[in-house]
Amino acid sequence: MNDVLAYVGRPQPRVDGPLKVTGRARYAAEVAVEGMAYGAVASSAIARGRIRSLHLAAAKAAPGVIAVLSHERDPGLPDEDDPYLKDMGAVPGSPFRPFCDDRIHFSGQPIALVIADSHEHARDAAALITADYDAETPQVDLMAAKAAAYVPPEPRSGIPPPPPPRGDAQAAFAAAPVRLQEDYRVAAEHHNPMETMATTVVWEGDGRLAIHTKTQGVNNPKTYVCAVFGLDPDAVRVISPFVGGAFGMALRPHYDLLLATLAALTLKRSVRLTLTRQQMYTMGWRPDTLHTVALSASEDGRLTSIRHAAVQATSRYEDYQEPTVNWSGLLYACPNVTLSYELAKLDTSTPSDMRAPGAALGLYALEAAMDELASRLKIDPLELRLRNYAERDFNEDKPFSSKELKACYRQGAERFGWDRRRPEPRSMRDGSELVGLGMATGCWEAMMQPHAARATLDAEGRLEVACGTADIGTGAYTILSQIAAEALGLPIERVTAKLGDTTLPKAPVEGGSWGAASAGSAVQAACAALKEKLLAQARGMNGAFANAAIAHARFTADGVALASDPAATVAYADLVRAAGGDGIAAETEFEPDEEFTKKYASYTHSAVFAEVRVDEELGVIRVARLVSAVAAGRILNPATARSQILGGAVMGLGMALHEETVWDATLGRIMNANLGEYHIPSHADAPDIEVIFVDEDDRANPLGVKGLGEIGIVGVAAAIANAVFHATGRRVRHLPITLDKLL
Amino acid sequence: MDQNDRRPGAELVPVTLVVNGETRRLEIEPAVTLLDLLRERLHLTGTKKGCDQGQCGACTVLVDGRRVNACLQLAVMRDGCDVVTIEGLGTPDDLHPMQAAFVARDAFQCGYCTPGQICSAVALVAEGQARTPDEIRELMSGNLCRCGAYSNIAAAIGDVMAGAAGAKEAAE
Repeated sequence: MNDVLAYVGRPQPRVDGPLKVTGRARYAAEVAVEGMAYGAVASSAIARGRIRSLHLAAAKAAPGVIAVLSHERDPGLPDEDDPYLKDMGAVPGSPFRPFCDDRIHFSGQPIALVIADSHEHARDAAALITADYDAETPQVDLMAAKAAAYVPPEPRSGIPPPPPPRGDAQAAFAAAPVRLQEDYRVAAEHHNPMETMATTVVWEGDGRLAIHTKTQGVNNPKTYVCAVFGLDPDAVRVISPFVGGAFGMALRPHYDLLLATLAALTLKRSVRLTLTRQQMYTMGWRPDTLHTVALSASEDGRLTSIRHAAVQATSRYEDYQEPTVNWSGLLYACPNVTLSYELAKLDTSTPSDMRAPGAALGLYALEAAMDELASRLKIDPLELRLRNYAERDFNEDKPFSSKELKACYRQGAERFGWDRRRPEPRSMRDGSELVGLGMATGCWEAMMQPHAARATLDAEGRLEVACGTADIGTGAYTILSQIAAEALGLPIERVTAKLGDTTLPKAPVEGGSWGAASAGSAVQAACAALKEKLLAQARGMNGAFANAAIAHARFTADGVALASDPAATVAYADLVRAAGGDGIAAETEFEPDEEFTKKYASYTHSAVFAEVRVDEELGVIRVARLVSAVAAGRILNPATARSQILGGAVMGLGMALHEETVWDATLGRIMNANLGEYHIPSHADAPDIEVIFVDEDDRANPLGVKGLGEIGIVGVAAAIANAVFHATGRRVRHLPITLDKLL
Repeated sequence: MDQNDRRPGAELVPVTLVVNGETRRLEIEPAVTLLDLLRERLHLTGTKKGCDQGQCGACTVLVDGRRVNACLQLAVMRDGCDVVTIEGLGTPDDLHPMQAAFVARDAFQCGYCTPGQICSAVALVAEGQARTPDEIRELMSGNLCRCGAYSNIAAAIGDVMAGAAGAKEAAE
């Protein structure tokens, strides 16, 4: 008897796939509303200073314009920080408050909002808005701002500051036979999800709002607008079933949400505000970061000291922070470690989390330095890592909940063919191309957050699972459907997952790779609770179930049966009818096991191998192949999981070779705020990528899941940079490695 | 919602388009792009706006069978043309082979660039210029995907091309 449908662990095609490939999935700016008005934002032309006067008359007189809002006529927004700090993603400092005064904090800051009867009228009128400014000289150069770097006085909530020093790194360095100290830098990046920020506020009358907005978690924008505008939470619903990419950018609410809501409340009508691609460069970015890494080792390659100091950009008004250097105390067994992390203020918008915040940067620097050390020691780079393998988290002095990084190294190296790498740089070629092989390690913390979920079975035997989390492209709809289908023994076609709505059981923002472990565990618990309810109902309906415990019951497509007597089955339809409602529902809340997390450190790991080809004469760099071997606990869906790793690898390739936000040092304006001049990897740049998931048994949550959103990018840039060195013999320590740096 | 513009402003211009097989007569301002006409007047929001300046390909549609960036076309330039959008290729219950291949290969994540990728891929196959995976990648490079689904997209297109070649051989 094997009637259990196994879904978890299988490459189930995305359940939302047919909607997405037919254009039926509706995103935030795609909700059609009767009588809707359109917004367009006019942006500041300077990066720092004050608005002396705004010229709004031409816009007000333009065809179709309904209203123009700005700081000039007090729009009635609160004057203090407190309501804006209700943003769950707020960082220490004073959050940006559009239209609160005449002060300009960054280039492209919104200075006015046009509301018109059509998209074209709003856009055209916004283009007529000009301003006179008292401009001040902006500082957008981190190298210059570094002189005033400081340790952030208040740590950002949830982001651990560097651990205290262990041992004496300086003395160990001075005494070591092999020493290395280098500076590294990673250029600023912007997330550039394909969908721009957008909010459609539907005015439902009586002050009730339905807000469709791009977000990684509907509860955050709801809390935020209710606090800022003093709205009754019962009158506000936030809906975001589909998110056109986010990568961290939609963790915090942005000014599209605030201004669209302001306009809807002011005009008492529905309003849509979509930001332009250029305006996507006026918020949230991966901060420009300067690293100094000093390593020392014995002749046989045992690390005797690690020092890693980072200076990271933040805005003038907030102390955004990332866990950038902490990884350098975690990845290797080393008795003497000193880590430091400082911020430097720029006249830009505040940076924000972008895929593997901190780790993607810090581990680039550490893993590039490890490659240099291997080269200095004449030890194979992979062998050097194995000689310093950490069996314990020395930052927190805890054992790992699981760590199969050695298997990643072994399986990745084998698949990649690492053994054919010749040790000397510039020693491998193929025709006119220099060939380079490089590798690096990746690491990300396996986190969890409290999530609630509900499971409801209806009389037709259809199961709905609901959770207020988001599917930003990760595959959450699919894995939650798989978990639910398997729990209830139903074909997956009879399961619907509902996400992205504040009317659903509460979940925090979807980020940090905690979604699968947390929402998945919540859905699993809700299904378990539902099964108990169904069994209790069955006990009252069929004597054979009178003494049946959950272990004696079988849940199948037809109903609840007894394991010992499959003929004794109570159909779901009968259960639901007998219960006297439309369905039987169970709601539970998942809480991470604090005892476990106190005892164990939990991380995902990866080993990334890259092959690059460099045209010897032209310096053109191409990544020919990537292999990423990942240890991330149990894999719920190998297809969507693989896609997460592919996506991270491609973004890491962009970090290594292409992506760089460039500011004009005098004007403080971004010079490449578009997808033509800010190059994200394209089809032609994307190599063959092989993904390996190594077996890893982890107990941090009932599913054994660690999360995959971040780990795919970590280590990729270092592996590619190390391969470029191996190909060319040139060590470029400033990403992206554009060809001019090789010539 | 009124599909036509009856507002003070620029003079309205009549435009006739055949969209997904249906003749649509509209009166619009000359500055309305084909993309905004599709999204805001006809509510065919499957065609996406990623950059509005011809750099990302999310708005790719088929105009008289050729792939074009709808954001770079004023609708009045295309008076009388035949336009196929993602909604015209297939439905969730009756997917176009390219749509089915995208699902089978997990060739998307967030789904926002996907309609443009699929329209572009359908035209690519019809153009008959791409024979190798590298050529597919080169000729699809006008369609950006920030989720990085590129290798799966190329595989999906390869599947459809192999299927089409197989069907052609069988017919011959």
